[in-house]
Formats: sequence, C-alpha cells, structure tokens
Amino acid sequence: MSQIRNFSVIAHIDHGKSTLADRLIQITGIVNERQFRDQILDSMDLERERGITIKSHTITLPYADGAGERYALNLIDTPGHVDFSYEVSRALASCEGVLLLVDASQGVQAQTLSNLFMAMEHDLTIIPVINKIDLPSADIQMVKDQLDSELGLDPDTAVLCSAKEGTGVEEILRAIVERIPGPARNAQDPLRALIFDARYDSFRGVIVSCRLFDGILKAGDVIRFMSHGKTYRVEEVGIFRLNREPVSELSAGEVGYIIAGIKTVSDTRIGDTITLDGRAAAEALPGFKEVKPVVFSSLYPISSEDYESLVGALEKYKLNDAALVYQKDSSAALGQGFRCGFLGLLHLEIVQERLEREHNLSFIMTVPSVQYQFTQSDGATVIVDNPQYYPDPATIVIAAEPFIRATIFTPERYLGAVMKLCMERRGVNARFNSPAPGRLEVTYDMPLAEVIVDFHDKLKSITQGYGSFDYELTGHREGNLVKLDFLVNGEKVDALSLIVHSDRARQWAVQVCDRLKEEIPRHQFKIAIQGAIGGKIIARSTVSAFRKDVTAKCYGGDITRKRKLLEKQKKGKKRMKMVGSVQIPQGAFVAVLKADYE
Amino acid sequence: MSDSGLYVHIPFCRTRCAYCDFYSQTDLSLTPSWLEAVKREARRHKERFSSFDSLYLGGGTPTTLTPSHLGDLVQFLFKEFPFQEDLEFTVEANPDDLSRDYVAFLKGLGVNRVSVGIQSLDDEALAFLRRRHSAEQAEMAVHRLKEAGFHTLSADLIYALPGQTEKAWLRTLHRAMDLPLDHLSCYQLTFEANSPLGALLRRGEIRKPGTETERLLFLATSSLLEQEGYVHYEVSNFARQGRLCRHNLKYWDGSPYLGLGPSAHSFDGKTRWWNTRSIHRYMERIFGGRSPVSGKEILSQEKRHMEYLLLGFRTILGVNVDKIYNTNNLDIILKQLQESGLAALKEGRLVPTREGFLHADGLPLLFS
Repeated sequence: MSQIRNFSVIAHIDHGKSTLADRLIQITGIVNERQFRDQILDSMDLERERGITIKSHTITLPYADGAGERYALNLIDTPGHVDFSYEVSRALASCEGVLLLVDASQGVQAQTLSNLFMAMEHDLTIIPVINKIDLPSADIQMVKDQLDSELGLDPDTAVLCSAKEGTGVEEILRAIVERIPGPARNAQDPLRALIFDARYDSFRGVIVSCRLFDGILKAGDVIRFMSHGKTYRVEEVGIFRLNREPVSELSAGEVGYIIAGIKTVSDTRIGDTITLDGRAAAEALPGFKEVKPVVFSSLYPISSEDYESLVGALEKYKLNDAALVYQKDSSAALGQGFRCGFLGLLHLEIVQERLEREHNLSFIMTVPSVQYQFTQSDGATVIVDNPQYYPDPATIVIAAEPFIRATIFTPERYLGAVMKLCMERRGVNARFNSPAPGRLEVTYDMPLAEVIVDFHDKLKSITQGYGSFDYELTGHREGNLVKLDFLVNGEKVDALSLIVHSDRARQWAVQVCDRLKEEIPRHQFKIAIQGAIGGKIIARSTVSAFRKDVTAKCYGGDITRKRKLLEKQKKGKKRMKMVGSVQIPQGAFVAVLKADYE
Repeated sequence: MSDSGLYVHIPFCRTRCAYCDFYSQTDLSLTPSWLEAVKREARRHKERFSSFDSLYLGGGTPTTLTPSHLGDLVQFLFKEFPFQEDLEFTVEANPDDLSRDYVAFLKGLGVNRVSVGIQSLDDEALAFLRRRHSAEQAEMAVHRLKEAGFHTLSADLIYALPGQTEKAWLRTLHRAMDLPLDHLSCYQLTFEANSPLGALLRRGEIRKPGTETERLLFLATSSLLEQEGYVHYEVSNFARQGRLCRHNLKYWDGSPYLGLGPSAHSFDGKTRWWNTRSIHRYMERIFGGRSPVSGKEILSQEKRHMEYLLLGFRTILGVNVDKIYNTNNLDIILKQLQESGLAALKEGRLVPTREGFLHADGLPLLFS
C-alpha cells in the first residue's frame, strides 16, 4: 500500500497556486501533454477569468521517491477568498500539511496570513514556498525576512520555485513526502469521514469529497450524517484523478469521494462527519458549524414572465451551492422575486454571474444589505436584512449593526490613504503592527455594511494593488441607523432603499441620487430623483428631458420604417424596469453602489 | 371600412432638389411608358378597394407632366376606380410649372386642392435648396391659383436650414401667411443620407442646426400659426378649420390607401406593400406581366398597436386610451404626460400637446 500525504496550498490571489497545481499534475504524469491546459483544476470559465478558485478541486497524485517508495499525494484545493473561509478551514482540517506559497516580489498578504494561522491552529506542517523567483522584481531575501519576522517560520526551510518555468517543483514534491507526516490510519475504529466539499452531478447526484479519519468505507455501506442523522446507501467510493476513479474501499487517512444517491448539496454540510449507520462513531469530528449568510440582496426578474425561469435557475443553482439561501420576496416597484443570503460580496457576484451565464437570465439585483438588529419598545428584537422591513422608527429603542475586525496589510507609504479610507468607512480602534520593515498590519473595527460594497476594490486602488484585506465578524454594535428611501418622479422605489448609519446618510443619499442620474436614460419628461429619510428630502438630482425626438415626415413609406425602429428600441428596453412612468436600467440597482466619493 | 385614398407617384422632376431622396427621374422621355405601366398596375388592384374619397397625385413633380399626359392619367383613373362625389383631389405643384394655362388646366381637370412646393420665400434659401423658382414666382403662382378658385390651397415650407435664424424663418412664414393659403406643411429640414445635402453634411461643408434651435423654431412656428387661426393638426401640418388634408389623414388614422407607381406604398387595413423604387424595374416587371411589389408585410395585432401609437401621437387625434393595451402603470404614465405638459386627456383620448409633438417618436415606447 502507498504511503499517503494530505496537503493543501495556501496562497494569495495571483501568487501562482493554480500554476503550481498545474506543474505538480504534469510532473506526476497523470495527464498527458495533449490533455493538458492551463489552470486545469479551475473548470469554470468564471474561475479562469477571475483567476480565482471558486469551487475547490481535489486530486490524488501518484509519486515515487528516489528509494522507490510509492506515495499518494492528496492535493486538497481550497477556495481563495475570505467569503469561503469556513470551507477553507474544513479543507485544512483534512490535511497534515500545507504549502505556503508566497510571491517573491509581493511578499506575504493578509489573506495568506489568516489561512496560515488557520493551518497553525490545526497543527499542520508548513512548507514555505517562494514562487515566481524568475521575476526580475523577485526579492527572495525580503520574503525570507518576512517569513521569519512576521510568521515565525524558519526561512531556511523555504523551497524556491518558479511554477511558471517548472523550477523547484521536484524539490516541493520531496519536501511534501519528507516533511509532512503521513496520516494516522486507524482503520479498525468506527468510520469518521470529514466532508470538506460537495458538488452536484446531474447524473450521479451529489459527489461528497471527504477525508477519512477512522474506519473503512465501501460501496453498499449505509452512512449517516452526524449533524442531521440522515442515512444513505453508498453507491460508489473513489479517488480523484482528473476524473473520478472508483475504488473498492476508502480507509482511514485517505481522501476521496462518496456517491450515495444524495439529491442536493444542501443535504450535505461542509464540516459534517459521516459515520456508518450500523456502527456509528461516538463523537463527530470537531469544528462543524452551520454557515450563515452575512450579505443579503434581492433578485427580481426584469419582466414578470421570467419569474418561473428565475425560480428554476435558483433551484438548479442551489443544487450545487449549499451556502446560498433564498426565500420569496416582493417589491411594490419590482414585483415578485427572491431575497437571497450570501457568504459575502464575492459569493454574491459569483451567484449573479453564474445565474446570468449558465441560465441565460436577466434580472435585477438590489443593493446588498447586512443583518441589522432592532430592539423595539415592547422589548422584542427583530432581525432585519431587508430595508423593506425596517421597523417603524418610533418603536426603535436600540439599533445595532454587525461589526468586523478588519486586518489590512499595506506597504508603509500607503498608510495615510488606508487610514483615510477606513475612517470614511467608520473604522475605529485602529491598531498598528509592523511585522517587517516598510510593511504594516493595520486592524480596525468596522461596520460590515461599510466593507461589503466596494471596500476591497477601493483598498486595491489606493494601495496600487499592494494592500490586502481580511476580516472576521465580531458581533453587533449599537448605532444610529436610519432608512434611506429613493423616489423617482415621486414614486418610491422600495428596491433602492438602504439602511445606513445616520452619519453617512447624506453622503449615501447624494451618491445614489448622482449615480441614478447617470444610469437612468433621458425620457420625454424631466425625472426628479430624491433621497429621503422618512418624509424629509435630503438629496436630489434631475435627469433632464429629451429636447426633441420627432422627425418631420411620416407618410405612406415612412410608417413601416418608423415602426421597425420602435420595435428595435423596444427590444433595448427589455433590460429596463418600469417604475411608475420611468424606465430604470437593470444595472442601475447595483450600480448605485459602485460610485466614488472622493 | 372607411373610404380609401388613392395615391399616384409621378416620379419625374426637371432637376433634383438638394434635400430630396424621394425616387424621381429627370429623363422625361420615359413618361409615356410609365403612364402605360401605371394603368396596367391600376387594373391589378381594381377589386381590392371599395370606393375612394381622396385622390393625391404626388411625386416627384406631377406638374412636370404635360396636360395631355396628366389628363390621360386622370381620365383613366376616373374611369377605372369608383370615387365619391365629394372627392378631395390634390395635385402637388411646383411654382415654376404653374403658368396661367396650366392652372386653368388643373382646375378643369377637377383638382380642388393644390399643394405648392414653395419651400421658402427667401431667395438665398431657395438657392441653397436648389429650387428652380424665386420667392416672387412662388407668390405669383399662389395668387394665380387663388384667382382660379381652388377650394384648398396648401404650401410646403422647409425650415431649420443650416445657419437659419429664427428671424429669417419667421420672415418666410409671415410672407406665407400673407398669401391666400388654407393649409401649410412646415417641415424641419431632414438631412437624408442619400440626398445632396446628406453628402455636404458628410463632407463637413454644412452643419446641422442644434436640437435646441430646431425645437425653438418648431415651437415658434406652431405658436405663430395657431395665433393666426391655423390648427396644428399633425407634427408638420397646419390647416384652417375644415381644411385638414383628408388624404394625408388616412396615413395617420389607419385608413386604407392604394399607391400606384414606383416606390408607392399601399395599405388595405391589414397588409402593407410597396413597389420597387426604380422606374426601370417597375416598368420591366409590369410589362413582363409580373407584380411591381418589392415587399409586403401583414401586420400582427402587436404591430398594428405600435403603428396606432406611433401615428396617433403625431396628430391631434391622439390615441384612444381604451385601445392602449399591455402597458404597466398606464395611469401613472398618463398622469406623468399630463403633468409634464406633453399630452392632454380629452374625451377618453390622449392627445399630444405642441410640446408633445416634439416627442412623437418617443412616446409610443412608454406604452409598449
């Protein structure tokens, strides 16, 4: 039997994780040159375009060392974004070691750090890998100093590599087998398998990715999910090559998949423990928690006829994304739709893009919101994630909003700009730490609502790409929260309403009014846009009317031509939503957020 | 079904005007065979339309035809088609063709409405437009027509020329108002891509007036003419009470009309069709025993609705609110249009205002 090494790669976006995975796959020879393409594990177009891994992909690589010892190297890929940090933690819990991949020219980033700390909490062996050493801007010594001072790692243990050119890849493989301990293989104990991923396959149902800690699992076994007690008969177990490869059994220490007639991924919970129904383990593996959405937004079809297709698309999408939650919602302005909960803004964008691309849907997505708490005069506390349900302000005794601890890494020279940004976003309680010369780690307590919109983009732009950001939720804090409404020609557009802190209300109101002015095309009449709290108008803008659109002549020969032109224009209107007498473009509902306030 | 209109396209002009992209031919020697072709085409449609209460000879320039050719055509039409007793019979005329004799000839032919292509009463503008007559010639022609006793006299004027000031345009308009006219068509200059002006524009030798200028000229025109007792009954048309053009109204209210001649369009209430534009192809097809129709479409309910809206908003007939369907927030839109002064609600009809006419092309989109 081969020896086993279970490992994962921790890296910041663009530090070369997918390229390294490509090289490892090539060198271990499980794919021939003809089948090979770049970013082979990132199968979604969206992943390739954005250069991020949305859904993690696991692969078992065969390897033999110089002494002829054979190994099965299980590379457990992880999603690379803060929204998916729980998924990352379960993937790391399935490993004994990690490769810490650091870009030789950029050094350690915030995202890397939080995942690294997670790995340290799990007592994993850490192999620092300094990548992109071929770049002219590579500063290996700088990175080594950082590893030492910032992360407390022995810089001499770092493996130098250029995944792009393929140098150092063999050394990495050697380090994996030499330094990372093999897993414990107590196959006699009752089965305990940790679910770290699940995906939906339209032919086979849910494919559960798991790591076996104890016991043995084979086809025909009846398994039980320890969190909710549901049982399934196993149809197939196997390991991941580029495709799935069935095996007769999986045993403790191994990583593989289970197919057991499970209908949707929502029936599986990442982090749950699978045991045998007939011989159950006494205790589940630690660390399981239910993931809860933190960002909320509503989806509405552009035209009410498309409602059914939206229902269908959400149901299908949900088969493969347990983290998305949704329920029916309705808006006076936009009709029937759905209120959806997301793990974060990136998750939201991914859902949006995939629904549009894979289901060819046009819909409106409203401004994202967080979950607010309102304690009312009768002592009851209501949780509101949809501005439409903002309680009567006269009854609100205490209002509270979710806060985060934001950790930002930035080169020193951008500190001023970063502080200004954080303060604009109501950041408080700044702390500074200087892990390496010239670099700073800044932490702020900030309202989540202030970062879900464009904070990350903004941070990237003010630090010219060098700033990185991570956060953890720290609970709710009191604040003076108000509901900001927007009226278009006197009609309230409920889907544009926001709950905001009163200190920021005017700024928001002005920004949204200005942005709507740009987004709403001219009409035959003047359009007044107003931002209001209660009945009080605090900001306004105007879309001026077309001055003239008529052509002088319309006789026999002109009628058909004119009608055809109108029909064409009418098609262009399909991506517009009629609110009162005004056509609002689909994009305006989210675009209102993407403004600058310099 | 309401009575139909008959249109004959006379595709001949002595010269091409700068703004025109209508189909016309300066080779007048083709006239006899064209005439024969029109007659043959007319026979093909004999049964399709009931009776006609308007006859409109347009072009081109109908008055380039000699009295014998024009007389032949009209005689043929009267023999071939059933016309109502109170027929409106319009001929488009060029001022320089309207000699005393030609006027008398038209009168004798039964014409009761003459539409004179005056275009401008400013000689400089006339030269720019490449018209063959002077302002004075045009005025004399109108007086001559008046003396002959035609029921309705109309004139076409073009404004919003490159560089034209409001003052200059109003001078032309005032001069036109001093003439014994009952009907005025005031067209803003359109720079048709296939016209000589279109070419000048492309080469940057002339510039279009701005939208704001066009708008102000439009409003000034409408307000001046309405003060003088004209009804602004279509975007570009003004008439004294009772002198609205029956034939042109058919284009706008969905009545049937039959068009004969190259490039003519027809509509029977459900189907539209149009003839080939080229006179050569037109004759070739007809003499070859084939149809000159080069395109046709059967209007679905949805298309008819769109046309109902697009035509309705161009006239003071407006649209019947009960006939607007498939529109969300109809009440809000109606309110909005009234509040912003673009339309008024009169006896169940939504009628564009003067300001509303300026948006006639965009208004239908609010209702579909």
